[in-house]
Amino acid sequence: MASLDTKPQSTVDPEEVARFAAMADEWWDPRGKMRPLHKFNPVRLAYIRDHACGLFQRDPKSLDCMKGIRILDVGCGGGILSEPLARLGADVVGIDPAPENAATARVHAEKNGLNIDYRAATAEKLADDGEQFDIVLAMEVLEHVSDVGLFVRRCAEMVKPSGFMIAATLNRTVKSFALAIVGAEYVLRWLPVGTHDWRKFVTPDELEIAMKAAGLEVTDETGVIYNPLNDEWRKSDDMDVNYMLLAQKRFVVA
Amino acid sequence: MAQKPSQNFQQNSDVTIAGAGVAGLALAAALGHALKPNFRVTVCDAALSREPAADDRVSAIATGARRLLETLGVWQRLKGPVQPIREMVITDSRLDDVVRPVFLAFEKNEDPNEPIAHMVENRDLLVALRTSAQESGVVFEASAIEGFESGIESVEVLLANDTALNSRLLVAADGGRSKLRAQAGIKTVSWDYKQSGIVATIGHARDHEGRAEEHFLPAGPFAILPLAGKRSSIVWTESIEEAARLVALPPADFHTELERRFGLKLGEIEVLSKPKAFPLGFTIARKFAGDRLALIGDAAHVIHPIAGQGLNLGIRDVAALAECIADTARLGLDPGAPEALSRYERWRRFDTLGMSFATDGLNRLFSNNSGALKVLRDVGMGLVDRMPPLKEFFVKEAAGLTGEVPKLLRGEAL
Repeated sequence: MASLDTKPQSTVDPEEVARFAAMADEWWDPRGKMRPLHKFNPVRLAYIRDHACGLFQRDPKSLDCMKGIRILDVGCGGGILSEPLARLGADVVGIDPAPENAATARVHAEKNGLNIDYRAATAEKLADDGEQFDIVLAMEVLEHVSDVGLFVRRCAEMVKPSGFMIAATLNRTVKSFALAIVGAEYVLRWLPVGTHDWRKFVTPDELEIAMKAAGLEVTDETGVIYNPLNDEWRKSDDMDVNYMLLAQKRFVVA
Repeated sequence: MAQKPSQNFQQNSDVTIAGAGVAGLALAAALGHALKPNFRVTVCDAALSREPAADDRVSAIATGARRLLETLGVWQRLKGPVQPIREMVITDSRLDDVVRPVFLAFEKNEDPNEPIAHMVENRDLLVALRTSAQESGVVFEASAIEGFESGIESVEVLLANDTALNSRLLVAADGGRSKLRAQAGIKTVSWDYKQSGIVATIGHARDHEGRAEEHFLPAGPFAILPLAGKRSSIVWTESIEEAARLVALPPADFHTELERRFGLKLGEIEVLSKPKAFPLGFTIARKFAGDRLALIGDAAHVIHPIAGQGLNLGIRDVAALAECIADTARLGLDPGAPEALSRYERWRRFDTLGMSFATDGLNRLFSNNSGALKVLRDVGMGLVDRMPPLKEFFVKEAAGLTGEVPKLLRGEAL
């Protein structure tokens, strides 16, 4: 059995890992504790799919539009993002430092007849092994890592020259404190108190600098906002709270 | 979807539809066309073992519904005659008024060249829908659904022929007295109008020139809908007792009563079918979705057939649900999960309630002989006629074009 990676060079914060492992069994109840993530899923999946189909020239209407595209889902949790991508045909590797999460995800995928390579591992481990992917996803994980610069650099190493990386995270603004911490955790109780540490939130500028330093170029960015009228998340120009960035490998002229 | 079979969750249908009426078949065809070949759709109905019955029923297909049918290639396949309604005349009048004032004439669609609606025989529609559904890979099971059990990840559907279908989503398109709706414990709200609609096919000497008429008589609306050839279909509202008396009259007496209302504008008239009376009511399900269950068509709502809106509302359910399912499946997500179903429910309930109350309100307002109300409605209709935006709104609403319009109703493929 894989053990937690607690080497000093690691970007994993052990306290964060323990917190999500406690929630592992509840991943797949759409009305349960993970409801906010299930609600958030369509907007981020559409973003990933549409950019992948654009870049790899696929028809986004086809139910196997991601066929053969190799994807790394960093911080896969119970597999809420990995499974739909696999169902669209992608070859997904899902990694999570918490063995309980990887195990939960594996059991669930097998029950649903989906072939997903779940590993209890860190991004650093896979980068060390020299793994390569068409798409590296860091969705809702940056706000939980201890060293964003190092994390992004290790992820970037795994992006194939023709591929890209997408990161979704929370901005560090007064508004995000009000909405993501006070609103989501204390008022609406969407998330357990303590899920997020506002000080760890990353601004788009900081992330872009980290991406550049890692040899990636940000080619698309979008805010994501919640619409209480129809209870749905959608893309927006407002990047003050939730946002997503897409970065492609920079073409290096020798 | 790209799932490999496993022993635990072997799904042999992504979406299973109960009922092979217009709504059920249209949904099947829409999903088949949009999501083939990796999406499995099954329609279950004992009636699928035989050809659709030849009856006299006709429907006024509004613009939105026609666009959906065209997009699915169903419209092009209609074998029988299709009569366009080019003009719609609505009047409010007492029976003995010499001149019937015209308050509203819906002659314009948003595209002036497009007819307001088309009169189509239900049987032709069903035949074309079946062909279209089967061509797109939909599986037909000629057996009724006995029962179902919704789980967290799938729904187990048991057919009368002992077939078991494990699906992501079950759709109740099984009519106004939906068995699935009852089994899911979804209650309904009903209004009883204490009125009946008398339906008959009338022949006349002169051509109707594609004109539909709706006269708001003291007992309720009297509608004339043009059929192919020199024929029209009527819906004639009376109290339940009066309707029963009228349809039981000797043909000559019925003819006399009819002529008083139909008039002689189209020349001599002749009753071509045996008049039948149907009690009018309005039923709406309290919810349009349950656990892994969606209600469409008459299973979700049965409305007063005052403007032929029942079938059109059903088609609008189909367009919205098909789009919710396609959007969800194309993200690799589960089309039977609460997220997809609540989107459908939000999308449809407002429209349905709006339409139901609009037709309900119209009928109540007009089915009354009080002088004060007549003044009110004269003024009201006059105002509507004088205010182009409002009139446009009513024309569009009647054509099914308001709100966030599902793609299929706009004539776009999913």
